[in-house]
Amino acid sequence: MEYGQLKERERSGRVPSGCGVSGIMNRTGKVFSGDGILASICSMTERGNGLGSGYAGYGIYPEYADNWCFHIMYDERKARELVEEYIESRFEVVNEEPIPTRKVDALKYVPLLFRYFLNVKNGFAPESAAEEDYVIKTAMDINRNFKGACVFSSGKNMGIFKGVGNPGEIGEFYRIEDYKGYIWTAHNRFPTNTVGWWGGAHPFGILDWSVVHNGEISSYGINRRYLENAGYYCTFFTDTEVITYLFDLLGRKHKLDFELIGKILAAPFWSEIEREKDERNREFLKTLRIIYSSALINGPFAIIVANSTAMVGLNDRIKLRPLVAAEKGEFIYLASEESAIRLICENPDNVWMPDAGQPVIAKLKG
Amino acid sequence: MMKINAEGMHYRVLNEKIRGALESGLTDISIEGVCGQRYIGAGLKKNGVCITANGIPGNDLGVFMDGPEITVHGNVQDGAGNTLNSGRIIIHGSSGDLLGHSMRGGEIFVKGDVGYRVGIHMKEYKDFYPVIVIGGSARSFLGEYMAGGMIILLGLKKDRRIAGDFLGTGMHGGAIYARGGPDGCQLGKEVKVFKVDGNDKEKIRKYAERFAEYFGYASEEILKEEFFKIVPITHRPYGKIYTY
Repeated sequence: MEYGQLKERERSGRVPSGCGVSGIMNRTGKVFSGDGILASICSMTERGNGLGSGYAGYGIYPEYADNWCFHIMYDERKARELVEEYIESRFEVVNEEPIPTRKVDALKYVPLLFRYFLNVKNGFAPESAAEEDYVIKTAMDINRNFKGACVFSSGKNMGIFKGVGNPGEIGEFYRIEDYKGYIWTAHNRFPTNTVGWWGGAHPFGILDWSVVHNGEISSYGINRRYLENAGYYCTFFTDTEVITYLFDLLGRKHKLDFELIGKILAAPFWSEIEREKDERNREFLKTLRIIYSSALINGPFAIIVANSTAMVGLNDRIKLRPLVAAEKGEFIYLASEESAIRLICENPDNVWMPDAGQPVIAKLKG
Repeated sequence: MMKINAEGMHYRVLNEKIRGALESGLTDISIEGVCGQRYIGAGLKKNGVCITANGIPGNDLGVFMDGPEITVHGNVQDGAGNTLNSGRIIIHGSSGDLLGHSMRGGEIFVKGDVGYRVGIHMKEYKDFYPVIVIGGSARSFLGEYMAGGMIILLGLKKDRRIAGDFLGTGMHGGAIYARGGPDGCQLGKEVKVFKVDGNDKEKIRKYAERFAEYFGYASEEILKEEFFKIVPITHRPYGKIYTY
C-alpha cells in the first residue's frame, strides 16, 4: 500500500483504534533493508493517530560494532553543548554526527538529532558488566538532569529512530530504507493516557534492548517504584518505559531466560497455579509470583522486545491485545495483524496466534 | 459477476466499490488480493447477495451486516461478524479474536480454529438466533457474557484443547455445544456441562450437515462423537450485586 495516500484522511478526524506493532528477524543474522518493516507497519497506519511512530534496527552500524551508540534529541543548541561536554568527560568519542534525515513537510516540529559512537574511557569501568551499568547511568543522568535533552537509544550496533508522526512520515524522515539490519521492530502509536511527544514514541530502549508496546500498564506505579530500587529511573512519561527496564533487570542482571521472564511479567493466575499437577512446579510458580510480584505487568499488552541476540513477542495473560506470528525459512515475523505479515511475506511456512502470556522467542543462531 | 482487485486499495475505496456494485443490481462480487482492508461488507442490507474475498480481510469483516453472504478463502482477523444482524460468513481458514462479537442473528461457519472471546455478548431476540460453527478449537473466554444463540464447537483437529479457560464466563443465555465435551477447560462459574437431549441433537445435526457441505467433510463422521452442552445455570448471574 502506498503509505502516503493515508495522510490526508488521517488528519481529517479521530479514528478510534489501538496501537500497531511489527517485527521481523532473520535468525541467521543476515541483514536486510528497512523496506519490509516500513511496508508492514505502514499497512497498519489505521491503528495509530499520527502521534508517534518509530523503528529499531539491529546490525545497522557494522563499522562501529564495538562502540556504544547514543541517539540523542535536543530541544535547543544549549542543551547539546552541555550534554556533549558531559559525554566527553565520561567517554572517548569515536565519531559524532547528525542523524541523517529527510525533510518531511507533515512533521511540523523536529528536534535536533545527533548520534555518537563512544568508547568508555580507560579506567572508568574496568569490567564489562560494570561497563553496561556505566552506560545506563550516563543515559539516565542525561535524561534526568539535562533539560531539553533525551537519550533514546544507547546500544551497540543497533539504533532506535522515532518521533511524532505516522509510520510513513517517520520512516521517510529517518531514511529507514537506507539501513540494513537482521532484526527490525516498529510501532505506530495511538496515545491514550500520556502525551504524544518525540521521546514518548516507541520503541523505548536501554543498552541494546528495545520495546514496542500496544496497550497500557495499570501497574506502572508499582513497576516504576520497584525499578527505582534497582537504579532505573523513568523519564519518558510513558508507561512502556518500565517494560524496557524490567527486561534489562530480569534478563541481563538476574540472568533469567525469556520463558521465565514471560512467567513473571504475564504471571499465571493463582487459580492456574493451583491446578498445576506437578508439586515442584506449582511451588516454583508460587515462589516466582511472590518474589517478583512488583514486576508483574497488569493491564492489556502486546509487546515485541528485542536485543542483539533475540526477538520476543508477548501478550498479557488474558489476551487483551492482538498479536500474530509467522515464520518462513530463517525469518520470523510478529505483528498486530496477520495482513501486516502477509503483505511482506507471501507464503509463510507457518502462521499462528501465540497463546496469551506465552512468549514467542526467536533466537539468533550460532 | 463483478471482479475487484483490492491489491493496495484502501478499505474505504473498496467498500465504495462493493456498495456501488450492489446498487447497480449486481448480486455476485469476487474480490482478489484482499490484505488487511477493514470493514468489508459493513452495514450492507440486502438479501441474495454473495461476496467472495480471497486473501486476508481486515478487522470487523461484515460488521453490522444484514443479509449478504460473505465467503472468505483465507484467514480472518479480529472482530469478524461484529454485531451481525443477518446473513452468513463462511471462513475457509481460521479466525482471530472476537469472532461474532455482539452478534444478533445470522450464521458464521469457520473451517479452522478461532481466537479469544469468540461469541462475546451474542444475543437472540424473537426470530433472530445467531449461530457460530467452529471446525477446530477455540481459545479462552469462548461465549463470554453470552446472552443468546448457539455456538457449536467441533474440535476436528484434536491438536489442542477444544477450548481455553474461562469458558462461558458471565454467560446467561444461549448454549455452547462441544463435540467430545470441554475436557481440561476451566469453566466460568455461571455455567455447567450437561448431556444433550433429542432437541439439541436435531439442532447440531442440522448445522453439522451444513458445515460438512461447505468444507467437504462427511457429516456422519462429525456426528459419530458425543456432544455436550454448556449452558448457564442462572439467567441473572449478577442480579444480586445491586440489590440490598
